[in-house]
Amino acid sequence: MNVAFCAAAAVTLVTTALAITRANAVHALLYFVVSLLGMAVIFFALGAPFAAALEVIVYAGAIVVLFLFVVMMLSLDRAAALRERSWMARSVWVLPAVFVALLGGALARAVFATAGGAVAPQVITPQAVGLRLFTTDLGAVELASMLLLASLVGAFHLGRK
Amino acid sequence: MIAWQLPAALAAALFLLGLLGLLARRSLVFVLMSIEIMVNATGLLFITAGMRWGNPDGQVMLIFVLNLAGAELALGLILILRLRARLTTLDGDAATLLRDT
Repeated sequence: MNVAFCAAAAVTLVTTALAITRANAVHALLYFVVSLLGMAVIFFALGAPFAAALEVIVYAGAIVVLFLFVVMMLSLDRAAALRERSWMARSVWVLPAVFVALLGGALARAVFATAGGAVAPQVITPQAVGLRLFTTDLGAVELASMLLLASLVGAFHLGRK
Repeated sequence: MIAWQLPAALAAALFLLGLLGLLARRSLVFVLMSIEIMVNATGLLFITAGMRWGNPDGQVMLIFVLNLAGAELALGLILILRLRARLTTLDGDAATLLRDT
């Protein structure tokens, strides 16, 4: 399990780094899909198979594919990729990288300074998740449905000609 | 056995990569994708915390995170389409006219 986790973590990190540095939006999104599949493997290795399935079906399958369709609707051509590359000069990355490194140092300190302990080696079944979701967390489910409705109405309103 | 720090550190690294993209890129498509990367890293942290204590709450929270990501992405994409139709560019810095038609 540890080998699977480490391999998937490496794939996820590398493809995410590639995704944020591509000039071509479609290539970047395809790398992002690979990173999401790696994330699904990580969830599986941690013992959360339902989350892994959701990550593939909902995130990689629905959300990113919607993103991909919209990027294709924007009909970005070679000139757009060139302009994109001109916006990505090396000097642009320096200041954000410094801030991100500072934040990363603080986060690494916070994570590794706390007490150790392994991820519990059992598997949480979809049954347990569903039981929790539709009994104690029912109010949150209703709130989520309202959020989706608000998003639907907003997208419909903004998309009107 | 996986020490809980490893997935937590991975979530932090992914969040920081997303933040780097958000700060450094100008194209709105990449800004939105960086936000998605950050949301996804949050999901990994929820799963890690849930599995550390052997609790289904982490997966329940991931479902809500996915819900939020979908709702946010739909509105973000429609706003990008509208901006592109009006300004004929994807440059986030070009959107400076905050007024009615």
